[in-house]
Amino acid sequence: MKERLQELTPKLVLSPSFFLILFFVYGFIVYTGYLSMTDSKMLPSYGWVGLDNYERLWKLPHWKRSLNNLAVFGILYIVVCTVLGLLAAILLDQKIRAEGLLRPIYLYPMALSFIVTGTAWKWFLDPGIGLENTIHQWGWETFSFDWIKNRNYAIYTVVIAAVWQSSGFVMAMFLAGLRGVDNEIIKAAQIDGASTVRIYRRIIIPLMRPVFLSAFVVLAHLAIKAYDLVIALTGGGPGQATELPATFMYSYTFTRNLMGIGASSAIIMLIMIFSIIIPYLYSELRGGKTQ
Amino acid sequence: MSQPSADVAVQTNRLVRIAIYTALIVLAVYYLLPFYVMVVNSLKPLDEIREGDMLALPRQWTIAPWLSAWSTAQIGVEPTGLRPYFMNSIFMVVPAVALSTILGALNGYVLTKWRFPGHNLVFGMMLLACFIPFQIVLIPMARVLGILGLAGTTWGLVLVHTVYGLGFTTLFFRNYYEAFPTELVRAAQIDGASFFQIFRRILLPSSGPIIVVTVIWQFTNVWNDFLFGASFADVDSVPMTVALNNLVSSSTGVKEYNVHFAGAILAALPTLIVYVVSGRYFVRGLMAGAVKG
Amino acid sequence: MTTFRAAKYLAGVAVVALSAVSAQAEESVEVLHWWTSGGEAAALDVLKKDLESKGVSWADMPVAGGGGEQAMTALRARVTAGNAPTAVQMLGFDILDWAKEGALGNLNEVAAAEGWDSVVPTALQGFGKYDGNWISAPVNVHSTNWVWISKSALDAAGGKAPESWDELVAVLDKMQENGLTALAHGGQAWQDATIFDAVVLSLGTDFYKASMIDLDPAALGGDQMVEAFDRMSKLRSYVDDNFSGRDWNLASAMVIEGKAGMQMMGDWAKGEFLKAGQVPGQDFVCIRFPGTQGAVTFNSDQFAMFKVGDDRTGPQKLMASAIMSPTFQSAFNVVKGSVPARTDVPNDAFDDCGKKGMVDLADANSSGTLYGSMAHGHAAPAAVKNAVYDVVTRHFNGELSSQEAVEELAAAIDAVK
Repeated sequence: MKERLQELTPKLVLSPSFFLILFFVYGFIVYTGYLSMTDSKMLPSYGWVGLDNYERLWKLPHWKRSLNNLAVFGILYIVVCTVLGLLAAILLDQKIRAEGLLRPIYLYPMALSFIVTGTAWKWFLDPGIGLENTIHQWGWETFSFDWIKNRNYAIYTVVIAAVWQSSGFVMAMFLAGLRGVDNEIIKAAQIDGASTVRIYRRIIIPLMRPVFLSAFVVLAHLAIKAYDLVIALTGGGPGQATELPATFMYSYTFTRNLMGIGASSAIIMLIMIFSIIIPYLYSELRGGKTQ
Repeated sequence: MSQPSADVAVQTNRLVRIAIYTALIVLAVYYLLPFYVMVVNSLKPLDEIREGDMLALPRQWTIAPWLSAWSTAQIGVEPTGLRPYFMNSIFMVVPAVALSTILGALNGYVLTKWRFPGHNLVFGMMLLACFIPFQIVLIPMARVLGILGLAGTTWGLVLVHTVYGLGFTTLFFRNYYEAFPTELVRAAQIDGASFFQIFRRILLPSSGPIIVVTVIWQFTNVWNDFLFGASFADVDSVPMTVALNNLVSSSTGVKEYNVHFAGAILAALPTLIVYVVSGRYFVRGLMAGAVKG
Repeated sequence: MTTFRAAKYLAGVAVVALSAVSAQAEESVEVLHWWTSGGEAAALDVLKKDLESKGVSWADMPVAGGGGEQAMTALRARVTAGNAPTAVQMLGFDILDWAKEGALGNLNEVAAAEGWDSVVPTALQGFGKYDGNWISAPVNVHSTNWVWISKSALDAAGGKAPESWDELVAVLDKMQENGLTALAHGGQAWQDATIFDAVVLSLGTDFYKASMIDLDPAALGGDQMVEAFDRMSKLRSYVDDNFSGRDWNLASAMVIEGKAGMQMMGDWAKGEFLKAGQVPGQDFVCIRFPGTQGAVTFNSDQFAMFKVGDDRTGPQKLMASAIMSPTFQSAFNVVKGSVPARTDVPNDAFDDCGKKGMVDLADANSSGTLYGSMAHGHAAPAAVKNAVYDVVTRHFNGELSSQEAVEELAAAIDAVK
């Protein structure tokens, strides 16, 4: 009897979390999937319309725009954050005296909500009152930095602000990874006469593989959920130049009273997310087993 | 442990060191700029802001915007400032962080030391939950909270934040405990220690670093959440971010930017302090496990 | 299996129940609104004090953001949770949409006793009543076809306020020659659409009604609409390159500081001018958008009254009656920059622009040229409004030619109608 209990305990301990997630995450996903095939407008309603919402969704230029923007934003954001984070971590790992001061400076943006930091960025990027204006006043009259007002470049300003917010966190992850590298391996390489750059390229960075995975997971989820940032910085504009699927979905579900279309866009987003993450998770968890 | 990896460090070469420091300082400027804009403008009178030079230092320094944001600014019909909302946030954040951290720790423990067939599937499902866009859960969540009688209460918000924090807390602890020697657990088991005894006596004492990481992560996310707070809070449970939003985003009223910035910094103060104070432990904690795939 | 059952359970319970479950012992009203900035909130405090003097306590639920968008999201969550507030600040078609869901209460008793039918402008009643029953209490009327001109800039440009499109263009040209940003404007969809409203209206009241309110495909796709978009392009040429994303009040600041000539914006802009110590007539001039004299496009903040338990209908009615009292209407609107939602309020407390606004409103009401503003959700439901936003803003930002914009507009509206 006691043994049975002993055997059951772990599962009992895990089950509340598991069922909470099953219900509040997967249950709600199923529910959203159902809504996406109904004629819901302002509130959920249950008139079945099949795949109509999906058809209408794919006819909207607004939606295609959001997807394109996400592709540009997501790729740049993840790549730049990773590169910058790794670089900052390597630099900070060079016996820097002021490390204790610099580290929180790199990290703090993660602690701020974008409700207002967005305004600060908006002003800073604004050519009339921000950086461009200041540099003009310093005497460089031809300097131009008006990306936030330019519909072809505005999405990059979203990347700049987003990188600002999360690259410090990525830096911390890499720094932790670097500090965990076994010194023996490096010593051996140094004895073989390898240069520092070569040691980093051939030995240390490849050892960071798990950090790259964690960074990717964290960044990908932030990219897909990016909402506050866009709303605070550009409001989706100029025109619709910085609309992302998350802003699209919110707008259709809650402000345009087209909940059915909003739900169908949410389902497409989830399909995209899962189709990127599941294979990745699968291979990683598999790999973990064989080690 | 958190000493620089001395042996990899680029060997002393003045030029290289100068280049490294320059790069680090340039990065620091990039990270500090928006904060600078906020601080500088929060110390200016509104007229000076209207003139439009956002980067200039105040000609006339004033702390009035800070006082106003804290205690007299208009949040709703009453000019209360952000002060009353501070405790609301604390009452919401503390239980939510504690619960999700405890559950995450137990989950991580089970998923690494008490594996059962399908444990990877369960972990995968919990991890995937991190990726759900929160906007889609608003309406069904509202209904569920209504049924549970938790609509508009702090406990409702605690439930929501706990549930949607579980994925990450489980991930952190699972990866941390993955590296923890299983032999110790097995040995204790043979000695007759129970499930909880092993957890309390063997794993918990060495979990400090990962607890720090998890708490920082959860604290930041829950404290900064706006969407759930705005949707599920009621008169007496409105968190700080919602109040801050009420302060800063009025659509057709006069915008007092200096007060907005002061309010933003005030609202962010707890998380800022957490980051600055525990930044060192944060890296240590990450190193100790969270970054391992 | 479990997933399936969970989903089924969820689908079952997610049916919206609109009954309020709250059981408050004392007399109280719970009010959801987005008036959080200094002046507005202070104005609302007048109402709160008034109710408190009648023994009704006020539970305040402010949710600011995006002209009420956040508040509407919060409202949906609350109604879905079965926890509807007593009264909710709401705009135009949102009120009717909620009425359609059967979520709103009935104010006929108060309205009949106080004769709302005879004092509230007819066009406004279209949003305050559903199926012949009063469902909400209007607080104010904002009119959106105003132009705010810097007096000094106007004097330098000839001194005569423009009365027609051609005169407007002439003044704008002159201001531009004088080295000013002729038109101060913020590139946000709703601001673009606010100008668009006025431009469409300037092409004729019939055209405005046919295109924006009746959504007549012929008007939406016709030559006049091309002309409207051409005028938008023309106006765009007077805006500085740095306009996109700018908040409307920063645009007002440009006019206040004499950097720009004029701004086309609703009457809430007046608050910015007054706050900066400017005097109507002396420092700035308020005129109707040239070509729209005699007509008014409006939006109106109302408090929609939700269906609540019997214990809460008493305070709800008291609140409705307090909102409609001429004293509150005057006190609130003086602060807010708008005009009262009833036509019999004395104008003593209002400044020149406010007085003019009240006269214009009464005139437009009697001549039938008072129309709901498309940009502010009083001409068509949210889905249509946003479809218009999409096209207008893309055209204004140069993504579409006028011809393309007209085609897009008709198609976009058709897709969501």
